[in-house]
Amino acid sequence: MKRSDNSWPEALYKTLKDAGVRQVGYVPDGGLKRLIEVCVADKDMRAVVLSTEEEGIGLAAGAWLGGVRGALLMQSSGVGNCINHLGTVRECRFPLLMLVTMRGQVGEFNPWQVAMGQATPAVLSAMGVVVHEANAPEAIASTVDAAARLAFGSYQAVAVLISQAVIGIKSFQQQASR
Amino acid sequence: MKTVLHRRQVVEILLQDRKDLLVVAGLGSTAWDITAAGDAPLNFPLWGAMGNAAMFGLGLALAQPKRRVLVVTGDGEMLMGLGSLATIGVQKPRNLSVVVIDNERYGETGMQATHTAAGVDLAKVAQACGFRTTRQLRVRARLAALRSAIHASPGPHFAQIKVRAEKLPLVLPPRDGALLKARFRKALLGEQADLD
Repeated sequence: MKRSDNSWPEALYKTLKDAGVRQVGYVPDGGLKRLIEVCVADKDMRAVVLSTEEEGIGLAAGAWLGGVRGALLMQSSGVGNCINHLGTVRECRFPLLMLVTMRGQVGEFNPWQVAMGQATPAVLSAMGVVVHEANAPEAIASTVDAAARLAFGSYQAVAVLISQAVIGIKSFQQQASR
Repeated sequence: MKTVLHRRQVVEILLQDRKDLLVVAGLGSTAWDITAAGDAPLNFPLWGAMGNAAMFGLGLALAQPKRRVLVVTGDGEMLMGLGSLATIGVQKPRNLSVVVIDNERYGETGMQATHTAAGVDLAKVAQACGFRTTRQLRVRARLAALRSAIHASPGPHFAQIKVRAEKLPLVLPPRDGALLKARFRKALLGEQADLD
């Protein structure tokens, strides 16, 4: 895959399928738009739109109790909403695969995103979540593949942070013209 | 209106002859209630994750569409996760029931009044969110119909059961989360669960 290639969402979707993921909880993010679309279109995958990110922790844990692998998609601001529930994941040793698109990182135009974005890796680590970072489009699928193996093979909570550099840095002007 | 129902009696009636019903309980009193009715491997009593009991039920119900799933939780716990009712309303799992044992109190922290004490109607919230059946009930005579809906008829079902605010002896389930998870999975999925 070339660096300019924007087909990473399809490769990532295939990685999730190969990892046996059949339930995907999500709170939308612009960077996850395409991935969400292909998950929703897949009749063998249950895509569940959430009203807040922590719901997805319960969803994925419930799925695992029922023998099904789940994944949870969100923007980094949503990580803050999940904190208490990550404690349950740790206590019960539920596997958890989180895909987090970053805000407040490189070139952020919205100051209100910066604090949570900058704190995201520390917050996850503090709650016992293993953090992987994907900083280039061609690295995303392989990083998620490794994260899924760690999550479901070794019963760990693992988050893949997808860099803002991959998703593209937005400006107010670009936002307004969309 | 006078509240006459006792929570332990309600939960015992709902879980009578439960067969292979999968049960998730919210933290606190409802976890003690399902345990008082008989601790079982197919119980998953939460000791934390306040506000998320219904979502555990949703994940489980979607994963196991051929089994019936019951979430029993308290009014305070449900209030913390009202959005999950909307999320369930979108998915409409036919095999899921959410029952709120509503004593209008935060029972574990000093019996402070919850929003339902001021009249917040959780059954109407669930109805507005798209649950197939919703009810608020306060008499024993209506429990049998709820029990059969939980076991047999297409959901999602929601019930808000008004019960007396009473402080009862604790009946505690195991509190090791990893153990509760492992025993549930083994009972549901068989020996293979440990090798998954």
